[in-house]
Amino acid sequence: MSAHAGTAELTGSIPASAAESTGSGGGPAPVRIVVAYGFWIFLLSDIIMFSALFATYAVQSGQTAGGPGARDLFELRHVAIETLCLLFSSYTCGLGVLAVERRRLAGFYLGFALTFVLGATFLGLEISEFAGLVARGAGPSRSAFLSAFFSLVGLHGVHVSAGLLWMGFMVAQTAAKGPRAFVRRRLLCFSLFWHALDIIWVALLTLVYLMGAR
Amino acid sequence: MQQVPMPPDDASQSDAFESDASGSIATYTVGLVFALLLTGGSFLVSQTNLLWAPGVSAGLAVLAIAQMGVHLVFFLHISTGRDNANNVLALAFGVLIVTLVVGGSLWIMANLNANMLSPAAIMQMQR
Repeated sequence: MSAHAGTAELTGSIPASAAESTGSGGGPAPVRIVVAYGFWIFLLSDIIMFSALFATYAVQSGQTAGGPGARDLFELRHVAIETLCLLFSSYTCGLGVLAVERRRLAGFYLGFALTFVLGATFLGLEISEFAGLVARGAGPSRSAFLSAFFSLVGLHGVHVSAGLLWMGFMVAQTAAKGPRAFVRRRLLCFSLFWHALDIIWVALLTLVYLMGAR
Repeated sequence: MQQVPMPPDDASQSDAFESDASGSIATYTVGLVFALLLTGGSFLVSQTNLLWAPGVSAGLAVLAIAQMGVHLVFFLHISTGRDNANNVLALAFGVLIVTLVVGGSLWIMANLNANMLSPAAIMQMQR
């Protein structure tokens, strides 16, 4: 262990409690484990924020104020393509991170390029869906149901947009600095974020689209 | 003064734990297949009469929760391993809060809805 004591790569000292709870007996947990844990806490708090909007939508889903309801508005074919885009982008993102762990940069760039294209396709489909709804007079101001719909699905879309920005930044950073330890930790955090967005989409797909369009 | 052991730098020790921290291609592929099957099942259940109509919502909820589990295990690598105890406990707390927020809101609002008088009934009372 003492051989590593002087490495400059460390971001800071690790609290003893983090080390004890890994149960591995001695020494603090690796930086990578601690960073992933901290980011996981952030993701869970993000999911809790989403849960408030899910609750709002579930309560308001019937309050259409005489306007169009879920059954009149949603096209499941459209939604199925969005779902596949997001699911496959999760897969390619995972493979990209796996490639960078093994220092295969070509695989990493390919995986992240596919992830970016699939994520951007998802976002494009969602924006066209929103534009179509607004053009039909079913904008967020039409009814409580549509307000709740636009805030819930829109917040997920904002997260995907932020993810695309972050992805572009991480690809640039990997190109500039190489697959160093701190870059790989950030890539791991990004992949956790992207996978968490997919989990939220599963809940969204089921509650909003599949239960609504019946 | 005794020297405190520093956390190992992952540049030197990465091979020891990178495999369980980010899975393998096989893990991701199995997860993708499960997720595709469950998504297909959700669309099937919602679009056909495969399930008894009043049970469709429950069926969809079960499929969605199963798919979230698949994502957690195969994509986010939440496991029962020693390094994962913290993650699992945080997840359990998150699930508790989400259940309270969503379930509590639905319960309270349904209760208020059921106890609210319709405008017609109020007119009746004023007469």
